[in-house]
Amino acid sequence: MSRPVTEPFIHLAGLRKVYRKRGEEFLAVSDASFDVWPGELVALVGPSGCGKTTLLKILAGLHGHDGGEFRIGSATHPFNPSRDVGMVFQQALLLKWRRILDNVLLPTEILGLPRAESRERARDLLALVGLSGFEDKYPYELSGGMQQRAAIARALVHDPKLVLMDEPFGALDALTREKMNLELLRIWRESGKTIVFVTHGIAEAVFLGTRVVVLTAGPARMADNFEITLPHPRTLDMKTHESFGDYTRRIYRLLGME
Amino acid sequence: MGKTGDNLRRYALAVSVHLALVVAWQLFVVYGKVPKFVMPTPLQAGAALFAGNYRWGDNILVTGSEIFGGYFLAVGIGVTIALIFSWSRFLEATFMPLLVSLNMIPKVALGPLIIVWFSYGVVPNTIIAFSIAFFPIVLTTARGLREVEPDLIDLVRSLNGSKWQIFTKIQLPGSLPYIFSGMKVAAVLAVAGAIVGEFLGSEKGLGYLMLQVQVTLDTPAMFMAVILITLIGVVLYGLVLGLERVLVVRDARVE
Repeated sequence: MSRPVTEPFIHLAGLRKVYRKRGEEFLAVSDASFDVWPGELVALVGPSGCGKTTLLKILAGLHGHDGGEFRIGSATHPFNPSRDVGMVFQQALLLKWRRILDNVLLPTEILGLPRAESRERARDLLALVGLSGFEDKYPYELSGGMQQRAAIARALVHDPKLVLMDEPFGALDALTREKMNLELLRIWRESGKTIVFVTHGIAEAVFLGTRVVVLTAGPARMADNFEITLPHPRTLDMKTHESFGDYTRRIYRLLGME
Repeated sequence: MGKTGDNLRRYALAVSVHLALVVAWQLFVVYGKVPKFVMPTPLQAGAALFAGNYRWGDNILVTGSEIFGGYFLAVGIGVTIALIFSWSRFLEATFMPLLVSLNMIPKVALGPLIIVWFSYGVVPNTIIAFSIAFFPIVLTTARGLREVEPDLIDLVRSLNGSKWQIFTKIQLPGSLPYIFSGMKVAAVLAVAGAIVGEFLGSEKGLGYLMLQVQVTLDTPAMFMAVILITLIGVVLYGLVLGLERVLVVRDARVE
C-alpha cells in the first residue's frame, strides 16, 4: 500500500440487527464489532443461523441495522454504496439465456457504464479467472466451478471497492473447492480488492482469511475476531503447519465443538 | 457423424414411422375389405381434396382464422394479465384464485352460451378457441414471472438497480421458457376449441363441413377434413416451436 492507512475501510462496533416476525423479535446479529482494512480478505465463519448472511446483506446495503456503529469507506478509500459492491453467492446464478461475456456485463448494464470499455474489462476479467475462450459459451456448457469463476468475474466487472461472497464454493465438490480457494487467493492478490467471505468451513476460513471473524448461533453473536498471520501467498501445505492447526482448534473451541 | 448423425437418424425414424402408419392404414382397409363409408384408404381420402364441391380453401381459411385468432388473442391477453399480476401482488392475490376456479369450468360447456351471446360464425368460434387456450398461458406465465432468484434481485438492488431493470433483465427473459411451455399446451387446445365451436353452430369451416358430409356418409371428405385440421394445428405448433428456438436458449427450455 502506497499511502499510510490510518482508518479501517469497514468499521463495525456493537452492531445489532433484529427481525420482527408476527410481533416476535428475533435477534439476527448482536454485538458484531470488527474492522476491515483496505485490501483485506476477511472470513466470517460460523454455523447456520449465526447471522453471517444477514451481516453480509447489511454490508451490501440491502438491510438496515438496529443499533451500533456501522460505516464503510474512509478518507483515503471512499465508498459509494450504490456502485461499489460486488456480490457472489453459493449458486453462480448466471442468466441461462446470456452468453458468459454478457453475464459478466450485467452489473455494468445496471450501472449504465460505457459499453465498449466494459466489454474489454469483462474479457480481461474472464482471463483473470481462467475463462479465456469461454466468452461466447452459455452457462450450461460450463462446469459448476467454471460457472462460479464467471460469477466472480461478474462481481468484479464494475470495479467495486468491496466484494461480498456468501459461501461461494459451498455447492462445489471438495477437490474443486480446494482449487477455487487457491484461485480466489490469486484473484484477490491480483485485483487488490477488499473481500468479505462468508463460510461455514473452518479450514477454508483460516486458509483464505487475513482475518477471521467467528460468529455463533442461538443466540447469534460475535465470538471472536483475530488475525491469521500465515504468510502470503498461501500454499496448500500450510494446512499442515502447526499454526494452521492452532487457528482451526481455536475456532472449533469457540463453536463448542471440542 | 456423432451429433449430426444421431439427429439425422432420429429424423429418419420419425418420418418412417409416420409413413408406416399411412401404409398400414392402406393395407388394413384393402385387405380387411373395410367399406369406404366406414374407413376410406389414404388415397381415397386424398382424392376428396380434388373432387366435389367442398370449398377446401375457404373452409381452411375460416377454421384457420378462428384457431389463429383465438390463439393469438389468448397469448396477448394471457401474457398481459400475468404481467399485471407480477406488478401488483394485490391484484394477483385477488384474481388468481378466481382464474384458477374459472379454469375448472369445462370451456366446451360454455359453447352453447357463447353462441347465444355472440350468434354463430367466426366470432363465437374464435372466442371459444380463446377461452380454452387462455388459462394455461396465464397460469404458466404468472408462474414463470414468479420464479426469480431472490439473490439475483439482491445483486441488482445492491447496485441501486430499478424494478424496471429487474423486470427487463431478469424476470421477463427468465419467464420466457414458461411462457412457451404454456403456449405449446394452448396451441393444441385452441384447435379443439375452434372445432367444437363449429360443431355447435356455424355455417363455414372444416368442422361445419364434417357435419354436412356426415349426413351423406361421405367418409373420405371427413377424413380429409380431420387431416387438414390437424395440419393447421401442426403449422401453429411449428410456429411456436420455431419462435422458441429463436428466443430461448436450449438449456432454459421447459420440456
